Amino acid sequence: MDEKISTKCFYKSREKKPLIKAMNFHRINALILRNLYLYQRSIPRLMDILYWPVMELLVWGFLSVYIEKLSLGTFNAVTILLGAIIFWDILSNAQRAVSVAFLEDVWEKNFLNLFVTPLRVSEFLAATGIIGFIRIVIVVAVAGVLAYFLYAFNLLVFGWTLGLFTIAIILRFGSQAQILAWGFITLIQPFTAVFYPVSALPAWLQPLAWWIPSTYVFEGMRYGIAGSGFSSSLFLQGLGLNVVYLVLVLIFFYRMFAAVKRQGRLLKLH
Amino acid sequence: MPSIIEVKGLRKRFGSVMAVNGISFTVDEGTITGLLGPNGAGKTTTIQMLLDLITPTEGEILLFGKHLEDHREELLSRVNFSSPYVALPSDLTVTENLKTFARLYGVSDVNKKIDELADFFEIRDLLPKMTSVLSTGQMTRLALTKALLNDPELLFLDEPTASLDPDIADRTRKLLLRISKERGVTMLYTSHNMVEIEELCPRVIFLQKGNIVDDGAPDSLVKKYGRKDLNEVFLQIAREETAH
Repeated sequence: MDEKISTKCFYKSREKKPLIKAMNFHRINALILRNLYLYQRSIPRLMDILYWPVMELLVWGFLSVYIEKLSLGTFNAVTILLGAIIFWDILSNAQRAVSVAFLEDVWEKNFLNLFVTPLRVSEFLAATGIIGFIRIVIVVAVAGVLAYFLYAFNLLVFGWTLGLFTIAIILRFGSQAQILAWGFITLIQPFTAVFYPVSALPAWLQPLAWWIPSTYVFEGMRYGIAGSGFSSSLFLQGLGLNVVYLVLVLIFFYRMFAAVKRQGRLLKLH
Repeated sequence: MPSIIEVKGLRKRFGSVMAVNGISFTVDEGTITGLLGPNGAGKTTTIQMLLDLITPTEGEILLFGKHLEDHREELLSRVNFSSPYVALPSDLTVTENLKTFARLYGVSDVNKKIDELADFFEIRDLLPKMTSVLSTGQMTRLALTKALLNDPELLFLDEPTASLDPDIADRTRKLLLRISKERGVTMLYTSHNMVEIEELCPRVIFLQKGNIVDDGAPDSLVKKYGRKDLNEVFLQIAREETAH
């Protein structure tokens, strides 16, 4: 029998399944609790959310005070740089929370145990997102700054989107792509205008910056610090891009996950 | 006796390699069936398709009379799996691991269930310990405890006694027979230890290069092949295929 024809027939018979089913909160809760068990005794995990953001804040804080003393400009260096650092931590933590939580199950070879339970991929992703949110809340609290919720929301969503994209790439390319869990976020840092306005970028790079949702958050922050208030236009543009990217990345992730199951590679990730 | 597993024309191709080549079989309720074959025969791929971890290329899988693809959640909540090759998170205590999986399976009284199984598997003293410090035998008992958290009606056991010393392996086999007898759990069992298979499985299915090459009771297969024991039957089947 021709393999391609029979494969097609097999999948056709399965196409009547509903695409979206209600998630089960007990299973999401189980994964959240498992992560909380892990955090309570893991120094590296606690350092990731408590120590590094504080150290980063201190270093950049001292630098910005120094810049201000030099009177090189009229802008409020402390506010802008510290605001940028806190917002950058929100974005990078959101991305790492998703990617590293996934990698921990890869390293522990725990995927089989998880996915022979009734757990669904959507529930696994929801739990990872919630853990990421808990981490962000702690990071922001420790930094001592109440981040403006709307900005933080856009950064969170984009961070999760990048995290999901990283997982999908790791699923596709295997262990050699794991470095992306830490390195991917820094790829966008020069272009998303964290510490300088988009206008500081070369003209040919500026359109690229406006394709990144976090750019609208950092520009919005500078807009607010300059005394111009909240820019709903920047917020909505960032939100719109976020929605588009999130949908595209979810489609990409589900396709990668299905491909990994077809190829029998789910348990061979390490 | 109703069939708990029904596999029809199951096939899995990885690129140019046909790992499972259109196999069909059924497993009856309350029985222990051995799935045997040399390395690369397709045992693990078959079990992983039965657990929806690998998507089949073609064929049908029915568990408890329902299509796995269409009723995944419902069916997997009635099934469990144990293998010494699949670790539980080492950074958690035994209790934390069991609580996590009990919640994933929607167990209503988690503490009561863990208490009951801790007595059954004699692991009460292990409960507060970190999973990373357990010995191989203790890990096997923990894996089996995890596998019974949801009171499964169907258990997939992938070489559960591999890397155990003879004493612990013997205890584990007796434990499995007790589970089968007391709880009526249907089991699909893989192992390379034919003595163990003869002790546990009233029926075995031999796989070779993705095909079922024989299916029957161990003693009838020994007679059919004119051999001394199941181990010799295994060697004959494996070597015949190699010779071809």
